[in-house]
Amino acid sequence: MNSIAQKYTHTNNNRILNEITSARDGLASTHQLELAPSIQLPPISQPTDFLRAHTDDATNPDCKIKIAHGTTTLAFRFQGGIIVAVDSRATQGNWIASQTVKKVIEINPFLLGTMAGGAADCQYWETWLGTQCRLHELREKERISVAAASKILGNLVYEYKGMGLSMGTMVCGYTKKEGPTIYYVDSDGTRLKGDLFCVGSGQTFAYGVLDSEYKWDLTIEEALYLGKRSILAATHRDAYSGGSVNLFHVAEEGWVFHGNHNVGDIFYDIKEKEKSFNNVDG
Amino acid sequence: MDIILGIRVQEGTIIAASKAATRGISILKDTDDKTRILNTHNLVAFTGESGDTVHFTEYIQANIQLHTMRENDLELSPSAVASFVRNQLATSLRSRKPYQVNVLLAGYDVKTNTPTLNWIDYLGTQTELPYGAHGYAAFYCSSLLDRHYRTDMNIDEGLKLLDDCLEELERRMPIDFKGCYIKVVDKDGVRDITK
Repeated sequence: MNSIAQKYTHTNNNRILNEITSARDGLASTHQLELAPSIQLPPISQPTDFLRAHTDDATNPDCKIKIAHGTTTLAFRFQGGIIVAVDSRATQGNWIASQTVKKVIEINPFLLGTMAGGAADCQYWETWLGTQCRLHELREKERISVAAASKILGNLVYEYKGMGLSMGTMVCGYTKKEGPTIYYVDSDGTRLKGDLFCVGSGQTFAYGVLDSEYKWDLTIEEALYLGKRSILAATHRDAYSGGSVNLFHVAEEGWVFHGNHNVGDIFYDIKEKEKSFNNVDG
Repeated sequence: MDIILGIRVQEGTIIAASKAATRGISILKDTDDKTRILNTHNLVAFTGESGDTVHFTEYIQANIQLHTMRENDLELSPSAVASFVRNQLATSLRSRKPYQVNVLLAGYDVKTNTPTLNWIDYLGTQTELPYGAHGYAAFYCSSLLDRHYRTDMNIDEGLKLLDDCLEELERRMPIDFKGCYIKVVDKDGVRDITK
Protein backbone atom coordinates (compact mmCIF):
# COMPACT_ATOMS: atom_id res chain seq x y z
CA MET A 1 0.00 0.00 0.00
CA ASN A 2 2.76 2.42 0.92
CA SER A 3 4.68 1.54 -2.19
CA ILE A 4 1.67 2.34 -4.35
CA ALA A 5 1.21 5.67 -2.61
CA GLN A 6 4.89 6.41 -3.11
CA LYS A 7 4.62 5.69 -6.80
CA TYR A 8 1.82 8.16 -7.38
CA THR A 9 2.92 11.08 -5.25
CA HIS A 10 5.44 13.80 -5.92
CA THR A 11 8.07 13.71 -3.25
CA ASN A 12 8.80 17.42 -3.17
CA ASN A 13 5.34 18.90 -2.51
CA ASN A 14 3.92 16.56 0.10
CA ARG A 15 5.85 17.22 3.24
CA ILE A 16 2.80 16.59 5.42
CA LEU A 17 2.16 13.19 3.84
CA ASN A 18 5.81 12.26 4.14
CA GLU A 19 5.73 13.20 7.77
CA ILE A 20 2.62 11.12 8.39
CA THR A 21 3.85 8.07 6.49
CA SER A 22 7.25 8.17 8.13
CA ALA A 23 5.60 8.54 11.53
CA ARG A 24 3.33 5.61 10.74
CA ASP A 25 6.20 3.49 9.47
CA GLY A 26 8.02 4.25 12.69
CA LEU A 27 5.02 3.22 14.76
CA ALA A 28 4.21 0.18 12.65
CA SER A 29 7.16 -1.70 14.16
CA THR A 30 5.10 -2.13 17.34
CA HIS A 31 2.39 -4.32 15.90
CA GLN A 32 -0.85 -3.31 17.63
CA LEU A 33 -0.54 0.32 16.57
CA GLU A 34 -1.25 -0.64 12.95
CA LEU A 35 -4.82 -1.04 14.15
CA ALA A 36 -5.03 2.61 15.26
CA PRO A 37 -7.13 4.78 12.94
CA SER A 38 -5.23 6.94 10.47
CA ILE A 39 -6.25 10.02 8.53
CA GLN A 40 -6.41 9.89 4.76
CA LEU A 41 -4.93 13.06 3.27
CA PRO A 42 -4.63 14.15 -0.35
CA PRO A 43 -0.96 13.88 -1.41
CA ILE A 44 -0.56 17.65 -1.70
CA SER A 45 0.46 20.34 0.76
CA GLN A 46 -2.06 23.11 -0.08
CA PRO A 47 -5.45 21.99 -1.43
CA THR A 48 -6.44 25.54 -2.48
CA ASP A 49 -3.20 26.07 -4.42
CA PHE A 50 -3.62 22.65 -6.00
CA LEU A 51 -7.14 23.49 -7.16
CA ARG A 52 -5.99 26.81 -8.57
CA ALA A 53 -3.08 25.24 -10.42
CA HIS A 54 -5.40 22.81 -12.19
CA THR A 55 -8.48 24.96 -12.84
CA ASP A 56 -7.43 28.61 -13.21
CA ASP A 57 -6.83 29.13 -16.91
CA ALA A 58 -6.04 32.82 -16.35
CA THR A 59 -2.71 31.91 -14.75
CA ASN A 60 -2.20 28.59 -16.50
CA PRO A 61 -3.77 28.42 -19.99
CA ASP A 62 -3.17 24.70 -20.41
CA CYS A 63 -4.62 23.63 -17.09
CA LYS A 64 -6.26 20.21 -17.11
CA ILE A 65 -9.72 21.09 -15.77
CA LYS A 66 -11.66 23.86 -17.48
CA ILE A 67 -14.54 25.03 -15.33
CA ALA A 68 -17.73 25.97 -17.21
CA HIS A 69 -17.48 29.77 -17.19
CA GLY A 70 -19.05 31.64 -20.12
CA THR A 71 -22.60 32.86 -19.68
CA THR A 72 -24.98 35.74 -20.07
CA THR A 73 -27.67 36.29 -17.46
CA LEU A 74 -29.75 39.35 -16.64
CA ALA A 75 -32.48 40.51 -14.31
CA PHE A 76 -34.20 43.85 -14.01
CA ARG A 77 -36.94 45.45 -11.98
CA PHE A 78 -39.74 47.44 -13.59
CA GLN A 79 -43.29 48.65 -12.97
CA GLY A 80 -44.75 45.15 -13.45
CA GLY A 81 -42.28 43.13 -11.35
CA ILE A 82 -38.99 41.50 -12.37
CA ILE A 83 -37.79 40.00 -15.64
CA VAL A 84 -35.14 37.29 -15.53
CA ALA A 85 -33.54 36.14 -18.79
CA VAL A 86 -30.60 33.82 -19.37
CA ASP A 87 -28.85 31.95 -22.19
CA SER A 88 -28.32 28.18 -22.06
CA ARG A 89 -24.78 27.44 -23.27
CA ALA A 90 -22.16 25.68 -21.15
CA THR A 91 -18.54 25.84 -22.31
CA GLN A 92 -15.40 24.19 -21.01
CA GLY A 93 -12.57 26.11 -22.57
CA ASN A 94 -13.30 26.27 -26.30
CA TRP A 95 -15.58 23.24 -26.18
CA ILE A 96 -19.35 23.77 -26.14
CA ALA A 97 -20.36 21.21 -23.55
CA SER A 98 -24.11 21.83 -23.76
CA GLN A 99 -26.68 24.08 -25.44
CA THR A 100 -29.55 23.20 -23.11
CA VAL A 101 -28.48 24.20 -19.62
CA LYS A 102 -31.05 25.48 -17.12
CA LYS A 103 -29.37 28.61 -15.77
CA VAL A 104 -32.33 29.81 -13.76
CA ILE A 105 -32.63 27.86 -10.56
CA GLU A 106 -36.11 27.78 -9.08
CA ILE A 107 -35.31 28.14 -5.37
CA ASN A 108 -39.01 28.11 -4.44
CA PRO A 109 -42.25 29.40 -6.06
CA PHE A 110 -41.32 32.98 -5.13
CA LEU A 111 -37.53 32.99 -5.49
CA LEU A 112 -35.32 32.56 -8.53
CA GLY A 113 -31.54 32.33 -8.67
CA THR A 114 -29.46 32.78 -11.81
CA MET A 115 -26.33 30.87 -12.65
CA ALA A 116 -23.04 32.33 -13.91
CA GLY A 117 -19.53 31.09 -13.20
CA GLY A 118 -19.05 27.50 -12.07
CA ALA A 119 -22.20 25.57 -12.98
CA ALA A 120 -21.73 23.02 -10.21
CA ASP A 121 -21.12 25.68 -7.55
CA CYS A 122 -24.26 27.62 -8.49
CA GLN A 123 -26.45 24.55 -8.84
CA TYR A 124 -25.35 23.04 -5.56
CA TRP A 125 -25.39 26.15 -3.37
CA GLU A 126 -28.61 27.57 -4.76
CA THR A 127 -30.52 24.33 -4.14
CA TRP A 128 -28.90 24.36 -0.69
CA LEU A 129 -30.24 27.91 -0.33
CA GLY A 130 -33.68 26.51 -1.20
CA THR A 131 -33.56 24.13 1.76
CA GLN A 132 -32.39 26.96 4.06
CA CYS A 133 -35.33 29.10 2.89
CA ARG A 134 -37.78 26.25 3.55
CA LEU A 135 -36.33 25.75 7.04
CA HIS A 136 -36.75 29.47 7.68
CA GLU A 137 -40.39 29.18 6.61
CA LEU A 138 -41.00 26.27 8.99
CA ARG A 139 -39.29 27.99 11.92
CA GLU A 140 -40.74 31.48 11.46
CA LYS A 141 -44.13 30.56 9.92
CA GLU A 142 -43.39 33.26 7.35
CA ARG A 143 -41.81 33.38 3.91
CA ILE A 144 -38.19 34.52 3.92
CA SER A 145 -37.38 38.00 2.59
CA VAL A 146 -35.20 38.33 -0.49
CA ALA A 147 -32.72 40.33 1.60
CA ALA A 148 -32.38 37.51 4.14
CA ALA A 149 -32.21 34.76 1.52
CA SER A 150 -29.49 36.56 -0.43
CA LYS A 151 -27.57 37.21 2.78
CA ILE A 152 -27.58 33.48 3.65
CA LEU A 153 -25.95 32.83 0.28
CA GLY A 154 -23.67 35.86 0.61
CA ASN A 155 -22.39 34.76 4.02
CA LEU A 156 -21.91 31.20 2.79
CA VAL A 157 -19.76 32.17 -0.19
CA TYR A 158 -17.82 34.59 1.99
CA GLU A 159 -16.89 31.69 4.28
CA TYR A 160 -15.43 29.94 1.25
CA LYS A 161 -13.65 33.05 -0.08
CA GLY A 162 -10.30 32.32 -1.70
CA MET A 163 -10.96 28.59 -1.86
CA GLY A 164 -11.96 28.46 -5.50
CA LEU A 165 -15.74 28.95 -5.54
CA SER A 166 -16.81 30.73 -8.70
CA MET A 167 -20.32 32.15 -8.89
CA GLY A 168 -22.09 35.31 -9.98
CA THR A 169 -25.76 35.13 -9.21
CA MET A 170 -28.87 37.23 -8.91
CA VAL A 171 -31.39 36.28 -6.26
CA CYS A 172 -34.76 37.58 -7.46
CA GLY A 173 -38.05 37.47 -5.63
CA TYR A 174 -41.21 39.17 -4.50
CA THR A 175 -42.39 39.59 -0.92
CA LYS A 176 -45.17 41.72 0.57
CA LYS A 177 -42.85 44.00 2.53
CA GLU A 178 -40.07 44.36 -0.05
CA GLY A 179 -41.97 44.26 -3.34
CA PRO A 180 -39.98 43.00 -6.34
CA THR A 181 -36.33 42.76 -5.27
CA ILE A 182 -33.04 41.76 -6.89
CA TYR A 183 -29.81 41.06 -5.04
CA TYR A 184 -26.53 40.43 -6.86
CA VAL A 185 -24.31 37.98 -4.97
CA ASP A 186 -20.89 36.81 -6.18
CA SER A 187 -18.13 34.55 -4.93
CA ASP A 188 -15.99 37.53 -3.83
CA GLY A 189 -18.64 37.99 -1.15
CA THR A 190 -20.10 41.09 -2.82
CA ARG A 191 -23.84 41.50 -2.25
CA LEU A 192 -25.66 44.41 -3.89
CA LYS A 193 -29.31 45.42 -4.11
CA GLY A 194 -30.26 46.99 -7.42
CA ASP A 195 -32.73 47.53 -10.25
CA LEU A 196 -30.75 46.03 -13.10
CA PHE A 197 -27.89 43.58 -13.36
CA CYS A 198 -26.20 41.63 -16.16
CA VAL A 199 -23.72 38.91 -15.17
CA GLY A 200 -21.31 36.71 -17.12
CA SER A 201 -18.91 36.92 -20.03
CA GLY A 202 -21.65 38.43 -22.19
CA GLN A 203 -22.70 41.02 -19.61
CA THR A 204 -21.35 44.01 -21.55
CA PHE A 205 -23.34 43.10 -24.66
CA ALA A 206 -26.53 42.62 -22.66
CA TYR A 207 -25.99 45.91 -20.80
CA GLY A 208 -25.60 47.66 -24.16
CA VAL A 209 -29.11 46.79 -25.34
CA LEU A 210 -30.78 46.80 -21.94
CA ASP A 211 -29.49 50.20 -20.79
CA SER A 212 -30.48 51.89 -24.06
CA GLU A 213 -34.09 50.67 -24.03
CA TYR A 214 -34.84 50.22 -20.33
CA LYS A 215 -37.34 52.39 -18.54
CA TRP A 216 -39.37 51.80 -15.38
CA ASP A 217 -42.77 52.10 -17.12
CA LEU A 218 -42.26 49.16 -19.48
CA THR A 219 -45.33 46.95 -19.91
CA ILE A 220 -44.87 43.25 -19.05
CA GLU A 221 -44.96 42.40 -22.74
CA GLU A 222 -42.29 45.00 -23.58
CA ALA A 223 -40.15 43.98 -20.63
CA LEU A 224 -40.20 40.30 -21.59
CA TYR A 225 -39.19 41.21 -25.12
CA LEU A 226 -36.38 43.48 -23.90
CA GLY A 227 -35.01 40.71 -21.69
CA LYS A 228 -35.10 38.24 -24.57
CA ARG A 229 -33.59 40.78 -26.99
CA SER A 230 -30.71 41.62 -24.61
CA ILE A 231 -29.74 37.97 -24.22
CA LEU A 232 -30.00 37.55 -27.98
CA ALA A 233 -27.55 40.43 -28.43
CA ALA A 234 -25.13 38.73 -26.07
CA THR A 235 -25.46 35.30 -27.70
CA HIS A 236 -24.74 36.98 -31.03
CA ARG A 237 -21.51 38.67 -29.94
CA ASP A 238 -20.19 36.49 -27.11
CA ALA A 239 -18.80 33.13 -28.24
CA TYR A 240 -19.35 31.67 -24.77
CA SER A 241 -23.07 32.46 -24.74
CA GLY A 242 -25.73 30.86 -26.93
CA GLY A 243 -28.19 28.03 -27.26
CA SER A 244 -31.54 29.41 -26.24
CA VAL A 245 -33.11 32.11 -24.10
CA ASN A 246 -35.03 31.18 -20.95
CA LEU A 247 -37.47 33.86 -19.82
CA PHE A 248 -39.12 34.40 -16.45
CA HIS A 249 -41.42 37.02 -14.99
CA VAL A 250 -41.61 37.49 -11.21
CA ALA A 251 -44.64 39.22 -9.66
CA GLU A 252 -46.77 39.15 -6.52
CA GLU A 253 -48.10 35.63 -7.11
CA GLY A 254 -44.60 34.21 -7.66
CA TRP A 255 -42.61 33.54 -10.80
CA VAL A 256 -44.01 32.53 -14.20
CA PHE A 257 -41.97 30.82 -16.92
CA HIS A 258 -42.28 32.48 -20.31
CA GLY A 259 -40.73 29.90 -22.55
CA ASN A 260 -37.53 28.63 -24.04
CA HIS A 261 -36.61 30.48 -27.21
CA ASN A 262 -34.01 28.91 -29.47
CA VAL A 263 -31.56 31.55 -30.63
CA GLY A 264 -31.31 30.04 -34.11
CA ASP A 265 -35.07 30.37 -34.53
CA ILE A 266 -35.70 33.81 -33.06
CA PHE A 267 -32.63 35.54 -34.51
CA TYR A 268 -33.89 35.88 -38.08
CA ASP A 269 -37.46 36.67 -36.96
CA ILE A 270 -36.20 39.52 -34.79
CA LYS A 271 -33.71 40.69 -37.42
CA GLU A 272 -36.49 40.94 -39.98
CA LYS A 273 -38.99 42.57 -37.64
CA GLU A 274 -36.54 45.14 -36.21
CA LYS A 275 -34.48 45.61 -39.38
CA SER A 276 -31.50 45.19 -37.06
CA PHE A 277 -28.35 43.03 -37.15
CA ASN A 278 -27.40 44.63 -40.47
CA ASN A 279 -23.95 43.10 -40.27
CA VAL A 280 -25.55 39.72 -40.99
CA ASP A 281 -26.80 38.70 -44.43
CA GLY A 282 -30.06 36.86 -45.02
CA MET B 1 -10.26 52.55 -7.86
CA ASP B 2 -12.75 53.56 -5.17
CA ILE B 3 -12.43 57.05 -3.78
CA ILE B 4 -12.51 58.00 -0.12
CA LEU B 5 -11.58 61.44 1.12
CA GLY B 6 -11.78 63.06 4.52
CA ILE B 7 -11.25 66.63 5.67
CA ARG B 8 -11.36 67.82 9.27
CA VAL B 9 -12.51 71.40 9.88
CA GLN B 10 -13.25 73.48 12.96
CA GLU B 11 -16.77 72.22 13.75
CA GLY B 12 -16.67 68.74 12.28
CA THR B 13 -15.27 66.23 9.81
CA ILE B 14 -16.32 65.83 6.17
CA ILE B 15 -16.19 62.49 4.35
CA ALA B 16 -16.62 61.82 0.63
CA ALA B 17 -17.01 58.28 -0.75
CA SER B 18 -17.56 57.35 -4.41
CA LYS B 19 -20.89 55.83 -5.50
CA ALA B 20 -19.68 53.32 -8.09
CA ALA B 21 -19.55 49.60 -7.30
CA THR B 22 -17.29 48.07 -9.94
CA ARG B 23 -16.41 44.50 -10.81
CA GLY B 24 -14.10 43.78 -13.73
CA ILE B 25 -15.00 46.20 -16.53
CA SER B 26 -18.62 46.82 -15.51
CA ILE B 27 -20.08 49.27 -13.02
CA LEU B 28 -22.69 47.18 -11.23
CA LYS B 29 -24.27 49.96 -9.18
CA ASP B 30 -24.02 53.77 -9.13
CA THR B 31 -25.62 54.33 -5.72
CA ASP B 32 -23.33 52.21 -3.56
CA ASP B 33 -22.77 53.71 -0.10
CA LYS B 34 -19.25 52.89 1.13
CA THR B 35 -19.89 54.24 4.63
CA ARG B 36 -21.45 52.82 7.81
CA ILE B 37 -22.59 54.68 10.92
CA LEU B 38 -20.90 53.16 13.98
CA ASN B 39 -22.61 55.27 16.66
CA THR B 40 -24.09 58.75 16.90
CA HIS B 41 -20.75 60.53 16.48
CA ASN B 42 -18.67 58.07 14.47
CA LEU B 43 -18.74 57.25 10.78
CA VAL B 44 -16.52 54.83 8.88
CA ALA B 45 -15.75 54.95 5.14
CA PHE B 46 -14.02 51.99 3.50
CA THR B 47 -12.25 50.64 0.40
CA GLY B 48 -10.43 47.42 -0.41
CA GLU B 49 -11.10 43.85 -1.48
CA SER B 50 -14.77 43.41 -2.42
CA GLY B 51 -16.60 41.21 0.04
CA ASP B 52 -14.08 41.89 2.79
CA THR B 53 -15.02 45.57 3.01
CA VAL B 54 -18.70 45.26 3.85
CA HIS B 55 -18.16 42.17 5.98
CA PHE B 56 -15.47 43.85 8.07
CA THR B 57 -17.21 47.18 8.58
CA GLU B 58 -20.52 45.55 9.48
CA TYR B 59 -18.65 43.41 12.01
CA ILE B 60 -17.07 46.55 13.50
CA GLN B 61 -20.44 48.30 13.47
CA ALA B 62 -22.17 45.42 15.27
CA ASN B 63 -19.48 45.21 17.94
CA ILE B 64 -19.50 48.93 18.63
CA GLN B 65 -23.29 48.94 18.88
CA LEU B 66 -23.12 45.91 21.19
CA HIS B 67 -20.67 47.83 23.38
CA THR B 68 -23.09 50.77 23.55
CA MET B 69 -25.91 48.46 24.67
CA ARG B 70 -23.81 46.72 27.29
CA GLU B 71 -22.32 49.92 28.74
CA ASN B 72 -25.61 51.62 29.44
CA ASP B 73 -25.70 53.75 26.26
CA LEU B 74 -22.19 55.04 26.87
CA GLU B 75 -20.70 55.49 23.41
CA LEU B 76 -17.08 54.89 22.43
CA SER B 77 -15.04 58.01 21.68
CA PRO B 78 -13.49 58.45 18.22
CA SER B 79 -10.03 57.55 19.54
CA ALA B 80 -11.42 54.40 21.21
CA VAL B 81 -13.17 53.43 17.97
CA ALA B 82 -9.94 54.00 16.04
CA SER B 83 -7.97 51.85 18.47
CA PHE B 84 -10.58 49.11 18.25
CA VAL B 85 -10.57 49.10 14.43
CA ARG B 86 -6.76 49.19 14.29
CA ASN B 87 -6.54 46.32 16.74
CA GLN B 88 -8.99 44.22 14.70
CA LEU B 89 -7.03 44.86 11.48
CA ALA B 90 -3.68 44.18 13.15
CA THR B 91 -5.00 40.89 14.57
CA SER B 92 -6.50 39.96 11.21
CA LEU B 93 -3.22 40.72 9.40
CA ARG B 94 -1.54 37.99 11.45
CA SER B 95 -4.25 35.42 10.68
CA ARG B 96 -4.48 32.91 7.83
CA LYS B 97 -6.74 35.16 5.75
CA PRO B 98 -6.33 38.87 6.57
CA TYR B 99 -9.01 41.45 5.82
CA GLN B 100 -7.84 43.68 2.98
CA VAL B 101 -9.72 46.77 4.05
CA ASN B 102 -8.63 50.40 4.37
CA VAL B 103 -10.77 52.85 6.32
CA LEU B 104 -11.23 56.47 7.24
CA LEU B 105 -12.96 57.19 10.54
CA ALA B 106 -14.72 60.48 10.95
CA GLY B 107 -15.64 61.25 14.53
CA TYR B 108 -16.66 63.99 16.91
CA ASP B 109 -15.60 63.73 20.53
CA VAL B 110 -18.53 65.07 22.56
CA LYS B 111 -16.49 65.28 25.79
CA THR B 112 -13.76 67.55 24.43
CA ASN B 113 -15.81 69.00 21.55
CA THR B 114 -13.18 68.11 18.97
CA PRO B 115 -13.67 66.66 15.51
CA THR B 116 -11.24 63.93 14.41
CA LEU B 117 -10.23 62.10 11.27
CA ASN B 118 -8.45 58.77 11.64
CA TRP B 119 -6.68 57.08 8.72
CA ILE B 120 -6.19 53.31 9.03
CA ASP B 121 -4.92 50.88 6.39
CA TYR B 122 -5.12 47.09 6.16
CA LEU B 123 -1.62 46.74 7.67
CA GLY B 124 -2.89 48.33 10.85
CA THR B 125 -1.27 51.73 10.35
CA GLN B 126 -3.30 54.25 12.30
CA THR B 127 -2.84 57.99 12.31
CA GLU B 128 -4.90 61.03 13.21
CA LEU B 129 -4.86 63.56 10.37
CA PRO B 130 -6.34 66.92 9.35
CA TYR B 131 -7.12 65.46 5.90
CA GLY B 132 -6.53 62.12 4.25
CA ALA B 133 -7.45 59.76 1.44
CA HIS B 134 -7.06 56.13 0.42
CA GLY B 135 -6.15 54.70 -2.97
CA TYR B 136 -5.65 56.76 -6.10
CA ALA B 137 -7.54 59.72 -4.65
CA ALA B 138 -4.53 60.35 -2.41
CA PHE B 139 -2.26 60.83 -5.44
CA TYR B 140 -4.44 63.55 -6.89
CA CYS B 141 -5.71 65.26 -3.75
CA SER B 142 -2.83 65.21 -1.25
CA SER B 143 -0.93 68.00 -2.98
CA LEU B 144 -4.08 70.02 -3.48
CA LEU B 145 -4.99 69.72 0.20
CA ASP B 146 -1.41 70.47 1.29
CA ARG B 147 -1.64 73.69 -0.69
CA HIS B 148 -5.14 74.89 0.18
CA TYR B 149 -6.02 73.43 3.59
CA ARG B 150 -6.09 75.86 6.52
CA THR B 151 -6.51 74.85 10.17
CA ASP B 152 -9.20 77.46 10.85
CA MET B 153 -11.60 76.41 8.09
CA ASN B 154 -15.34 76.09 8.76
CA ILE B 155 -17.70 73.51 7.23
CA ASP B 156 -18.58 75.63 4.20
CA GLU B 157 -14.92 76.30 3.40
CA GLY B 158 -14.20 72.61 3.90
CA LEU B 159 -16.94 71.65 1.48
CA LYS B 160 -15.60 74.14 -1.05
CA LEU B 161 -12.16 72.52 -0.75
CA LEU B 162 -13.72 69.05 -1.09
CA ASP B 163 -15.48 70.17 -4.26
CA ASP B 164 -12.11 71.29 -5.68
CA CYS B 165 -10.71 67.84 -4.88
CA LEU B 166 -13.62 66.04 -6.55
CA GLU B 167 -13.36 68.34 -9.56
CA GLU B 168 -9.69 67.41 -9.93
CA LEU B 169 -10.51 63.71 -9.60
CA GLU B 170 -13.23 63.93 -12.24
CA ARG B 171 -10.83 65.72 -14.53
CA ARG B 172 -7.86 63.36 -14.16
CA MET B 173 -9.09 59.91 -13.13
CA PRO B 174 -9.41 57.59 -16.13
CA ILE B 175 -12.47 55.88 -14.68
CA ASP B 176 -15.84 57.42 -13.89
CA PHE B 177 -16.56 56.92 -10.19
CA LYS B 178 -20.19 58.17 -10.51
CA GLY B 179 -19.84 61.03 -8.04
CA CYS B 180 -19.60 60.88 -4.27
CA TYR B 181 -21.74 60.71 -1.19
CA ILE B 182 -20.74 63.54 1.12
CA LYS B 183 -21.31 63.22 4.85
CA VAL B 184 -20.53 65.41 7.83
CA VAL B 185 -19.92 64.38 11.44
CA ASP B 186 -20.24 67.20 13.97
CA LYS B 187 -21.77 67.92 17.38
CA ASP B 188 -25.24 66.99 16.06
CA GLY B 189 -24.08 63.58 14.82
CA VAL B 190 -23.85 62.22 11.26
CA ARG B 191 -25.70 63.80 8.36
CA ASP B 192 -25.78 63.24 4.63
CA ILE B 193 -25.33 66.41 2.59
CA THR B 194 -24.88 64.86 -0.84
CA LYS B 195 -26.04 67.28 -3.51
